[in-house]
Amino acid sequence: MNVKKTALFELHKKHNAKFVEFAGYSMPIQYSEGIVKEHNITRNKSGIFDVSHMGQLFIKYSDDITDKLQEILPTDLKNLKINQSKYSFIMKENGGIYDDLIITRMKDQYMIILNAACKQNDLQIIKNKLNNQNLDMNNDLSLIAIQGPESKTILENVVLNVSKLKFMNGGNFSFKNNEIFITRSGYTGEDGFEISLPNKVAISFVEELILRGSTLIGLGARDTLRLEAGLCLYGHDINENTSPVEANLKWAISKNRINDNFTGSQKIKEQIEEGVSKLRVGIKPETRVIARESTKIFDEKDNEIGKITSGTFGPSVNASIAMGYISNSHSKTDTKVFLEVRGKKVPANVCDLPFYKKSYVKGEANV
Amino acid sequence: MSDTKFSKEHEWITLDGEVGTIGITKHATEMLGDIVFAELPEKGSNVEKDGTAGVVESTKAASDVYTPVSGEVVEINQSIVDDPSKINADPEGGAWFFKLKLKDKSELDTLMNKEEYDKFAKETSA
Repeated sequence: MNVKKTALFELHKKHNAKFVEFAGYSMPIQYSEGIVKEHNITRNKSGIFDVSHMGQLFIKYSDDITDKLQEILPTDLKNLKINQSKYSFIMKENGGIYDDLIITRMKDQYMIILNAACKQNDLQIIKNKLNNQNLDMNNDLSLIAIQGPESKTILENVVLNVSKLKFMNGGNFSFKNNEIFITRSGYTGEDGFEISLPNKVAISFVEELILRGSTLIGLGARDTLRLEAGLCLYGHDINENTSPVEANLKWAISKNRINDNFTGSQKIKEQIEEGVSKLRVGIKPETRVIARESTKIFDEKDNEIGKITSGTFGPSVNASIAMGYISNSHSKTDTKVFLEVRGKKVPANVCDLPFYKKSYVKGEANV
Repeated sequence: MSDTKFSKEHEWITLDGEVGTIGITKHATEMLGDIVFAELPEKGSNVEKDGTAGVVESTKAASDVYTPVSGEVVEINQSIVDDPSKINADPEGGAWFFKLKLKDKSELDTLMNKEEYDKFAKETSA
C-alpha cells in the first residue's frame, strides 16, 4: 500500500521533520527541537499541528439526516445550534465505541472530524445508516490545529475576527480569497483553533502562522499534551469494547438522549443505572518510571485489577502519568495501586484528570 | 577519547586502570529522542557482558541499556536518574551511566573503535 502524504509534507521536510507512518500516512513525529521542547512551546506559546490525515466528512443538513445520525450518535443534534460543535461517538451495538469525533453543525451541512485510522470504517457505517452511497470524505481539504496561549493573537493576525469565536464553536472565514472553516477546539488542553482549508493554500497558511511566531509540532508532543490534558486516544484509551460510561465520558452523552434509542443505548442505560465494573481513571506512579500501554495494575493484596491504556512522561507536570481501566471498587481518587513494570511493582495512585489544568477560553463550554 | 570503545548496542566505555566508565552514545540519544527516565544497576552488583544493566525511556519508548563488558558495578551516576535530560545534553561526557571493575580486560577487544563505530552507526541507521 502506498503511504499517503498530506499537503504539508514538503513543509514538514523543510522543517527537518522525522516521519513515521501513522494510519497509512507519513506524518511528522517530531521536528529538530524534539518532543519535550515542542510540548513546552505549545504550552507556553503556540504550536501548529498538521492533522490533515483525519477524516473531514460533510453531510447535507436535513431533519431526516439529523434523525438518522442520532441513531448512531448519543448526542442531541436537534438542539445543536448553527456553528456549534459537540464531542460524540459512533456507537457499537455492545455499547462500545467505533470512533470518537467532533460534529459541527454548519449552515447547511454537518461537518464530522474522524480519526484517521477509523475514517474508512466510519464512512461505511454512516453511508449504510443514511442509505447514501454517494457520501464521501473531502480529500481536497487540509486540517490544521493551532494550540497554545499565543495562538489566538497569531491567528487573529492572519484571519481577522477569529478570536471572537467561543470554545466549541466555529465559523466561516476567508484566507487569500478561499473560504475556510475554523472551530475553537483542540486536543492539547490549551486554547486553540482547528482550521479546515483547501490543500492548495495549506502551506502558505502555515507559513503565515510560522512567520508570526508559531512553531510546527509533531505527533509525539501531541500525545504528551493530550495525555496531560486527560484526553482519550482512540484505539488505546477507548475502543470497540469500552463504552462511554466505562471511559468516564458519560458527559458526552446528551442528558435528553439517555432514555432514547440509539445503537448501544440499552447497554448505556443499564450501565448508568446499575454501574460499571471497570472505569477509566488517571494514574500517577510515585516514581519517574513510565507505565506504558498494557501495564498491569494490582491492588495492595496483589490482585490484578486493571490495565494501563496510555502512559508517558508529562513535561508540564514533570512526572510520569498514565490512564487506564481499573475495577470500579478501586477507582476512587488517591487509591493506592501497583503497576508491574519490567517485573517490579511500582507504587502509584489513582488521581483526578486532567493532570494539567486546562486554560480553555470560557464561553459556551457546554460540551 | 581515542581510547573509547563502542558496542553494537550503542554503549561506550573508557578504561582507567581496572575501572571502566560506561554510557550510551550520542547517536543512541539522537535515535531515542528526549530521555525522561533512567534506571541503573545496583552498586555492588555483578553484570555480564551484553547483559541488561539499566533502562532508558524516551517520551515514546523504553530501551534496555546493555553492558559492553563484564564486571562489578563500583559507582553509578545518580545525577542522570534525578535529571535524565542530562543524557541528551552530554551523553559521552558528564552523563555516564555506571563504572565497572572489569572482570576480563580482553573483552574490550571485541568492541569497536570510534571510526568503526561511526561507520556502523551510519550504516545501521540508514
